[in-house]
Amino acid sequence: MRGRRHARMGPATAIRVVLATIVIGAVAVGCAAAAPEGAPTEAAAPDASTSTGPSGPVGGTRPAPGSFGFGRPAMPAEIAAWDRDVGPDGVGLPPGSATVTEGLEVYAARCAVCHGVDGTGGPNDVLAGRLPDDGFPFATDAAPYTVGSYWPYATTLFDYVRKAMPFDAPGSMSDLEVYGAVAAVLLFNDLVDDDAVVDADLIASLRMPSRDRFVPDDRTGGPVVR
Amino acid sequence: MGSKESSNDASETGITRRSLIAGAAAAAGGALAGGALKATELAAGAGAQEAADPTKVPGDRPQTLGSRSPHETPEKLVSGSIGGVTRTPLQDLHGTITPSDLHFERHHHGIPRIDPSAYRLLIHGMVDRPMVFTLDDLKRFPSVASTWFVECSGNGGAGYTETPRPDMTPQELDGLLSCSEWTGVAVRTLFEEVGVHDDATWFLAEGSDAAVMSRSIPVEKAWDDAVIAYGQNGEAIRPEQGYPARLLLPGWEGNSCVKWIRRIELSDRPFMMRDETSKYSDPLSDGTARMFSFDMDAKSLITYPAHPVRLERDGFVEITGYAWSGRGRIDRVDVSLDGGASWGIAALQEPVLSKSLTRFRFGWMWDGEPAHLMSRAVDETGYVQPTVAEMQAARGPRSRYHYNTIRGWRVAADGSVTFATA
Repeated sequence: MRGRRHARMGPATAIRVVLATIVIGAVAVGCAAAAPEGAPTEAAAPDASTSTGPSGPVGGTRPAPGSFGFGRPAMPAEIAAWDRDVGPDGVGLPPGSATVTEGLEVYAARCAVCHGVDGTGGPNDVLAGRLPDDGFPFATDAAPYTVGSYWPYATTLFDYVRKAMPFDAPGSMSDLEVYGAVAAVLLFNDLVDDDAVVDADLIASLRMPSRDRFVPDDRTGGPVVR
Repeated sequence: MGSKESSNDASETGITRRSLIAGAAAAAGGALAGGALKATELAAGAGAQEAADPTKVPGDRPQTLGSRSPHETPEKLVSGSIGGVTRTPLQDLHGTITPSDLHFERHHHGIPRIDPSAYRLLIHGMVDRPMVFTLDDLKRFPSVASTWFVECSGNGGAGYTETPRPDMTPQELDGLLSCSEWTGVAVRTLFEEVGVHDDATWFLAEGSDAAVMSRSIPVEKAWDDAVIAYGQNGEAIRPEQGYPARLLLPGWEGNSCVKWIRRIELSDRPFMMRDETSKYSDPLSDGTARMFSFDMDAKSLITYPAHPVRLERDGFVEITGYAWSGRGRIDRVDVSLDGGASWGIAALQEPVLSKSLTRFRFGWMWDGEPAHLMSRAVDETGYVQPTVAEMQAARGPRSRYHYNTIRGWRVAADGSVTFATA
C-alpha cells in the first residue's frame, strides 16, 4: 500500500494501524483467504487522551476483500452470448462441420478478395504455404508467416475467423461457414485432404507443423541479453 | 498587424510610435467588432491577428475548452486505415507526459463507438461469482493511479539493423510510444470481488472492437499491478485509447493492454488467440519462437537533436530524450558523442517512476565537427540496452517485436542530423 505513515500517532493507534495494515497487505498479495470472515478492517475510534493528530489507517477504510457489493451476478444467457472463444483444446468449438468442397465455395465468396484465390495472394495476410521440411527460419531468413508455416494451433484459425472475419463484415459468418473457410485454408496449406470433413474433432486434434516451435519467454531482466 | 512596419524602425525597446499607433487601431477595431467576433475564432486563432504589443490590447476571453497556440501544430503520423496506426510526435514533446490527443494508436479493426451507459464488463470462468460491472460500478471501487508508458512491441523495428534508413524522425522510428497518468480500478480488487479460484492461472482479456481483440494474461499480473483504467491524464480515456475502459498492464507490450475491454474469462490455461501466436511472438535463430513475451525491456531514444533538425551553429546543445523500462525504474542513461566509444552520464528528470517515461538531458558543447550521438538505458534490474549487433546475435537478424536496441544520430559538420545505429 502506498504512503504508510505512522508518525504523529499514539502507540495504541499505531498498533491498530499495523493490524489494519496486515489485513490490507493480505489484499495486496491476493491472499483473500488470509483475511478471516468478518475481520475488522477499520481501526477503532481514536483515543482522544493519547492522540491529537490524525488517526486510523492511512487512506481510510475499505470493506473486506470481495465484499464491496458492486456489480451484479452475470446471467447464463449473457455469458453464453459473449463467451465464444475457442481454446487450444477445442473447448468452445460449436457443433457442425463442412466439407472441403463446401469450404471452397465459402472461401471464394467471403475470403478470396483479400487473400487471393488459393490463400497465397493479397492484399491482406498471406494465409497459405509450407516451408521445406516445415523449417522455421523466421529469425534469420525472409519467410512468409502463413497458417501452415507459423500458426501453432488450428483452433486459433476458427476462433479468429468467426469473430473478426471477413474484414468488411466481422463476425457475420455462420458457424458452418466458418468451418468451411477453415477447411479451405487448411486445404491450401496441405493440412487436410480435399475429401476431408472439417469439424470440432478434426480442428482440435490437428497437429500443426509449428506446434512445438513455441517456447516460453526466458527474458528475466538483469545483465543478460536474450 | 503592424509587425512589418514596426520591424523596419524598431527601437531598442521594441516600442515605437508606429507600433503604438498600430496597437491602438487594433484595439479600436476589436471594440467596434464587439460581439460580432465569434469567441471560437479568437480561441482557435483562426483569423485572429497578433498584436505588435499584446500589453496594449485586450486579450481573448476564456473559453469552455482550451486550445493550442495556432503556432503549435503537433500531429500524429497516420499509417493505414482502420487496421492502421498513428505515431506520437516524440520530437515535439516536453517532459514525460504525452498529451492525450497525441497518444499513439494501434487498432486491429478501427475505433468502436461505445455508449458508456451501455458499457458492461463481464468476469466469468473459474470464479465463485460470475459478475457484470457497469462503468459506474467500476468507478465506485477504490481507485488506483500512476504514470505508465504504453509501447507497441513492434515499435522501432526499422532500427533493428546496422544500416537503417537515415532520414527517419523519432516519430517515424519509435512513435508507437506514449505515457499517461492512468486511473482505474485494480484488477485484483475485481478478482477478489468475483472470487477467482486458486487454480486459475490465466485470464482472457477481450475487447469490444470489431476485431474482438483478445489476449491471454497470467493471473499473477492481476495480483501485481494490472488495472482496468477509465481515466487518462485527468479526463476520461479517449475513444482511441479504449473508452470507456481498457486493460492497462504496466510495463507490458501495448497489445496486451486490451482496449474497450468487455470480458475477462478466468482459466487454467492460455487461450492461444491469434494475437499471441501468429502475431506478437518472437522467432529466434535456434528455430523456436518466444511467446507471451510481455515485458518491454529497457530502451532509450534521443529526441533532440534528431532528424530532420539541423544544428545552426556550434556551441551549447542540450541532448535530450526518453528512457523507459517495463521492468521498473531507469537507473541510468549513458550518452555517447562518438558512436559508443566513450560514454557520459545523463541527468534524469525527477521523479524517476517505475514503468514510466524518464526524461534525460545531457549538455554538449558542439565544436562543429561530425559526431555520432547515442543513448543507452540501464534499468534497476541491471539490464543494459543492447546494441543491434548484440541483440541480433541473441535472437537473429529478422526476429520480430521488442526492438529495444541502441539508437543513434549522426551529426554532420553542416549540422544535419541523420539516424544511425552503428
